[in-house]
Amino acid sequence: MKIAVVRFPGSNCDQDCLRALTDGLGVKAEYVWHKETSIAGFDAVILPGGFSYGDYLRCGAIAGFSPVMQSVIGAAHAGMPVFGICNGFQILCETGLLRGALIRNRSLLFLCQPVYLKLENNHTAFTRLSEQGAILRMPIAHGEGAYYADDQTLKELEEGGQVVFRYVNETGQPTPEANPNGSRNNIAGICNPAGNVLGLMPHPDRSWEGRLGSEDGLQLFKSLVDTLLSVAA
Amino acid sequence: MKLEVVVMPKRNVLDPQGVAVRNAVRELGLSNVGTVRVGKIIEIEFTGEPDEAKLDEICRDLLCNEVIEDYRILGAVLK
Repeated sequence: MKIAVVRFPGSNCDQDCLRALTDGLGVKAEYVWHKETSIAGFDAVILPGGFSYGDYLRCGAIAGFSPVMQSVIGAAHAGMPVFGICNGFQILCETGLLRGALIRNRSLLFLCQPVYLKLENNHTAFTRLSEQGAILRMPIAHGEGAYYADDQTLKELEEGGQVVFRYVNETGQPTPEANPNGSRNNIAGICNPAGNVLGLMPHPDRSWEGRLGSEDGLQLFKSLVDTLLSVAA
Repeated sequence: MKLEVVVMPKRNVLDPQGVAVRNAVRELGLSNVGTVRVGKIIEIEFTGEPDEAKLDEICRDLLCNEVIEDYRILGAVLK
């Protein structure tokens, strides 16, 4: 089993993601440069956070057209698990692998703070080991993290169980106060209909061991590994 | 030739930049200010004329995200 962590110019959470996999779980993970045209030999792909291509034009817009992404898009359609975190989520929306878009935070502030998330769907490749309704604590760090989709798209995402994570308060309520950035329906993460592509604004890669303040993020990577093991079995 | 692609947030998408600018305009003394929206202009120079269909495709795919933005092309020849 080998997991790819894609590096774009401006990625800055690539090491966090790699270490969560290698040091946190002891699985093999390698960096893949954005100019690579193939991800052959890998079983899953992580698109890390950061500011790919300087966030020029729109966050994730130019990364979506990078050589490696053409290969990732094909693999995702074929069922390979693809996990976009923060900037990675923005890239997945820009490529159309996930619906909607991430726009400027309502406050216009870059937000760097811990948040509470409620897991709304534990049937994805990244959440299968977690309990439905679990409350997880992870940090956010973004300026453009407000999830937007039109009413019809939102309805379809909600009805299809594609809303995977929602911003909530400590007791698990999706209140307006618990919504840090103005995301519609307090949405923090969504998946594609098949559940093999997940995008999430908060950082599991910054919350996978106790000394980071939370280890709740590790269960997403554990689920991914479990998914890959079950495919291989 | 040179042309401009104007990209604006869609009407129904929250534009917090526009809201902030509106508030500042009001503070500076124009109390009758209404909605303000902030978009961008992308100026592109071509040797000769661009393929219009190709340009339109690039606007849709790259320069504008049609989930949240609309665009229009301003130029001497096109539209």
